[in-house]
Amino acid sequence: MKSDAKTFSLPARILHWLMAAMILAMLFIGVGMVASVSERHEWLLRIHKPLGIAILILAVVRLAVRLRHPPPALPADLPAVQKLAAHASHWLLYLLMLAMPLIGWAMLSAGGYPVMLSDSLRLPPIFPTSPVAFAVLRHMHSWFAMLLFLTFIAHMAAALYHGLIRRDGVLSSMVRGEKQAEVIEPATLP
Amino acid sequence: MQEELSAPERRKGNMGSWALIVAVIALVVAAFGYVGGWLAPQRLTPKRIVDQLQDNAGTFAGYRRNHAKGVCVVGYFQSNGHAQAYSDAQVFAPGRTPLVGRFAIPGGNPYAPDSSVPIRSMALRFAQANGQQWRTGMNSMPVFPVSTPQAFYDQLKAQQPDPATGKPDPAKVAAFFAAHPETAAFRAWAKTAKPSASFATENYWSLDAFVFTNSAGKRQAVRWRMVPEATDTGSDAGSGGNPDYLASDLAQRLSQGPLHWHLLVTLAQPGDPTNDATKEWPADRQTIDAGTLVLEHTEPQESGPCRDINYDPLVLPDGIEASDDPLLPARSAAYAVSYLRRTSEEAHLPGAAVAHPKPEAKP
Repeated sequence: MKSDAKTFSLPARILHWLMAAMILAMLFIGVGMVASVSERHEWLLRIHKPLGIAILILAVVRLAVRLRHPPPALPADLPAVQKLAAHASHWLLYLLMLAMPLIGWAMLSAGGYPVMLSDSLRLPPIFPTSPVAFAVLRHMHSWFAMLLFLTFIAHMAAALYHGLIRRDGVLSSMVRGEKQAEVIEPATLP
Repeated sequence: MQEELSAPERRKGNMGSWALIVAVIALVVAAFGYVGGWLAPQRLTPKRIVDQLQDNAGTFAGYRRNHAKGVCVVGYFQSNGHAQAYSDAQVFAPGRTPLVGRFAIPGGNPYAPDSSVPIRSMALRFAQANGQQWRTGMNSMPVFPVSTPQAFYDQLKAQQPDPATGKPDPAKVAAFFAAHPETAAFRAWAKTAKPSASFATENYWSLDAFVFTNSAGKRQAVRWRMVPEATDTGSDAGSGGNPDYLASDLAQRLSQGPLHWHLLVTLAQPGDPTNDATKEWPADRQTIDAGTLVLEHTEPQESGPCRDINYDPLVLPDGIEASDDPLLPARSAAYAVSYLRRTSEEAHLPGAAVAHPKPEAKP
């Protein structure tokens, strides 16, 4: 998955920032709704389910885009440990953005709930009704959400580290396109 | 290709950058902690309500945290089509909708004697042919004591048994009612209410208001109740010393044939409160008989089909919506916590409460 490109492709950048906003919103909606007894509980839940399915669909699209347009290589001088951390955390993010909606969907199926995305749009169950499976999946949904939040924090911290401390073009490769990056790059040289 | 700075230059410029990174992370984590309630311990959460239910009644692994004692029933709803003008839910089209229900008594103790409370409850899950469901939990009284989740929590807290006496502190209970005049209608009802000898002879009210929507998009605020066809005063089952006389009476009646209720839907007029379950609507409001509930057989809840159903009142089909009643989202949220706890106990997950054997019946 090495690439000569210096920046992420436009579809990859659009998907990245769109999904970043969606996933971060989803994490806040999730912890907020389960800790609320007010009407917030209800309207957050109404957003949570369709937004989760939207993330699932976009995550599949994003994987396809990534296979078609491999991401730029990390800087050659990045320590091996940091490279490993970068790759591992990226694949963990992909895994979680695919797994979380599927676990949520399976969990509602196992609990015997109709999986309603709107007042009338219903998804079929993807897991047989089982209280034991419900309990396991429901706890997994919470723990994976925490793991996703921590991975997001690490990802954001690393992006800022690349952008503000190392200033090695890693952050700008997800912010700017190839052309602008080339125009800007000479100006940043001493 | 890369920006080249000398090491001292880099370190000097980096101090501010490191501070910025730490500040951004701290801000996001704090916001997450606040929204998730960990940094807002004073907020009323579904967990705190369920914890209080457990504090009041004890923890009985595998059972619902409230209305813990009950029995499953199975039957169907025979719609006559009369409610179709107001709701396009499939359940109101003429025809049959199968359902799994549950009769229960309030409280968190699954072994409480049936005579311990004058209230009975009926929960139903209608399974529409289109896969949508209607779940409802109703009580055998026309009004709820309180109108908000906070007041419900405060009431539970006031009624928590004193460890010294094993009974609620009368002073605390009196203080709660004095501070909550909205409980007056319920207290007036409770004064005359007696524990009935049968589930079959009770009326069951939705208490909370809902909104029906029809195919034209018209919205109509409603409340509903189940009105029994059985009107006898009941057997004297309770006097024989059987603490579970309600289940015995139900099984005995069903062995002779199905039991029937009529689903009466009351239509609100503009101005009728939809957000206050302590207030009845005026008695002259139009009421529609939407069809007949037919219950055919009963099973124990430990092995019956109602065991794994969370009767969340906000699982609604297209054509029925929640009203602005603040109790509804709180019920939905708290039932979800209760359901997760009891299914975790069923799954024997680490940290879940462990089931105790049923206490020996006192001679």
